[in-house]
Amino acid sequence: MPEKRPAVLDVKDIETVFNTRRGTIHAVNSVSFSLEPGELLGVVGESGSGKSVTMMSLIGLLPTPPARVTGGYVKFDNIDLLKADAQQLRAVRGAKIGFIFQDPMTSLNPVLTIGFQLMEPLRTHMGMKKAAAKKRAVELLDLVGMPDAERRLSDFPHQFSGGMRQRVVIAMALACDPKVLIADEPTTALDVTIQAQILELVKDLRRKLGMAIIWITHDLGVVAGIADRVMVMYGGQIVEQAPVRELFENPQHPYTRALIETVPDIGAERPERLRTVEGQPSILYARPSACSFRTRCAHAFERCGKENPPLLVTDKAHHVACFWDSATGEPRNV
Amino acid sequence: MTETTLHSLQGDQDPSSPGRDIWDQFKTHRGAVLGLGFFIFIILAVAFGPYLWGLDAQFIDIRARNQGPSLLHPLGTDQLGRDTLARLLVGGRVSLSVGIVAMVLSLFLGTLIGVVAGFFSWIDGLLMRLTDLFLALPLLPLLLVIIMLFRDTLRTAFGPETGIFILIVFVIGITSWMQAARIVRGDVLALKEQEFVLASRSVGTPSRRMITRHILPNILSPILVSATLGIANAIITESVLSFLGLGFPSDFPTWGRLLFDSTDYLQQYPERVIWPGLAISLTVLSVNYIGDGLRDALDPRIRGR
Repeated sequence: MPEKRPAVLDVKDIETVFNTRRGTIHAVNSVSFSLEPGELLGVVGESGSGKSVTMMSLIGLLPTPPARVTGGYVKFDNIDLLKADAQQLRAVRGAKIGFIFQDPMTSLNPVLTIGFQLMEPLRTHMGMKKAAAKKRAVELLDLVGMPDAERRLSDFPHQFSGGMRQRVVIAMALACDPKVLIADEPTTALDVTIQAQILELVKDLRRKLGMAIIWITHDLGVVAGIADRVMVMYGGQIVEQAPVRELFENPQHPYTRALIETVPDIGAERPERLRTVEGQPSILYARPSACSFRTRCAHAFERCGKENPPLLVTDKAHHVACFWDSATGEPRNV
Repeated sequence: MTETTLHSLQGDQDPSSPGRDIWDQFKTHRGAVLGLGFFIFIILAVAFGPYLWGLDAQFIDIRARNQGPSLLHPLGTDQLGRDTLARLLVGGRVSLSVGIVAMVLSLFLGTLIGVVAGFFSWIDGLLMRLTDLFLALPLLPLLLVIIMLFRDTLRTAFGPETGIFILIVFVIGITSWMQAARIVRGDVLALKEQEFVLASRSVGTPSRRMITRHILPNILSPILVSATLGIANAIITESVLSFLGLGFPSDFPTWGRLLFDSTDYLQQYPERVIWPGLAISLTVLSVNYIGDGLRDALDPRIRGR
């Protein structure tokens, strides 16, 4: 990163727990990161690693109870979103932070026209009159590459294909020119060709509109193609964070390395067995007091079971939370 | 689905209004159109029939009692010689208005309580226990107490007939909202977990708007089904009350009253039970069909097909 600009979103030490019948589950443990203007931050990790929960905690979208954000702060627009009241939060959601959900099949209301759903944020946040909102809705649909936008406003979601619906959802999230767009696995439910189209669309939109994007995914290929910086999460913590090139060329955390190894090589002569990361992520009933990856880690040693590794800064803006040094293959001296 | 998309792509140049779409879809449901026609016919008949049919429903002609169908009395007369057709027409006014108003009231209560309970989980337990409480209350003693307490006050305030009308509608309304509330709550609970609710919260939609714009249109079909059943239920409850002497005065005809009056003569004059019975069942049936057609017409997923 050439110069340091003030971050649009500054997240420090947030903690989220779920109170369940079987105990308290610590889903997000002391996650800190910041997002620079116009930056695309990829967040990867397997299911249950806390990616979505972290992002939803930021703008209070988690159902409380059972979820509760117990600590940290989220600085955005000079306010702490975790302390903001319901009205302030509503003003931020949609207007300044847009959210795109995973499944376009269910994230649109089946009984309302897409025109109505597109105009809703415009009318609540920007106080637009119906005619103005309609004009803007047509512009938005054009922007996301919807053919024949004006006439399709009066169509219902079931009249669109999955890719087109996801375009509508993106248009909704962009309606009020947000500074930050959080995309929660927006291409997971789509097939590969449509996925490529949506990725192109997002790149294009980012160039035109210049907002910062947080892209949650478990597809490393997507991250490699789109992100500026990547954050790898495991067990509700950030285990590695680096600019995208650096991360793929020099992965340092055993988990990241394992993840990258699981990507099949299409150029390989002979099709080999798909590699996996053995085991399941554990459910955290307490704040982790040891490395939560140690049970699946090939390099784990004694110290990993005693302390939770902090996020260490190595070179080139590369952060890693591991006691094992991938460069030397020896335990780190910290 | 593909056909729909094609159709909407090439098809009609001016996009038709939603009202027009709904009517077009409604028209394709033959039963609903017949039901609507019949319901309008019944309403017109009870509204204007008594003026056209000159005979007085209360007029006692003791010499003409217990007659069969004739030109003067097409549906015969009862044990006091009152004309059955005239009584049926006048009785329909009360029965229909009680049915519709009580249904609206109980549906309003049921939907309100169901939606609030389903949407706001902190009050869910309280409201659902209240619903259980109402379901567990023995209905008749409750009705007796309410009517004993309030009948005279309402009578003096609004006159004997309006007073009793208000009382009966109120009583039926507050004792029949529970089913609707339970069904609505269940549907809201399921809907609340849908991603579009989260999506709509993520664009900053406040709760009240979420309920009116996103939740209610989605639970329209169970509400409509409850509504059609509610009308039937209200008409029948009103007749039970009249039968017990708690409803309208005994000389005041309603469909339920006519039905119960004629059960005494069931063996001699079975046709006398048939007329009010037929009126009640046909009304209920037509309302059911209307509800069915409306539900299809209001659901855009069905409408497109």
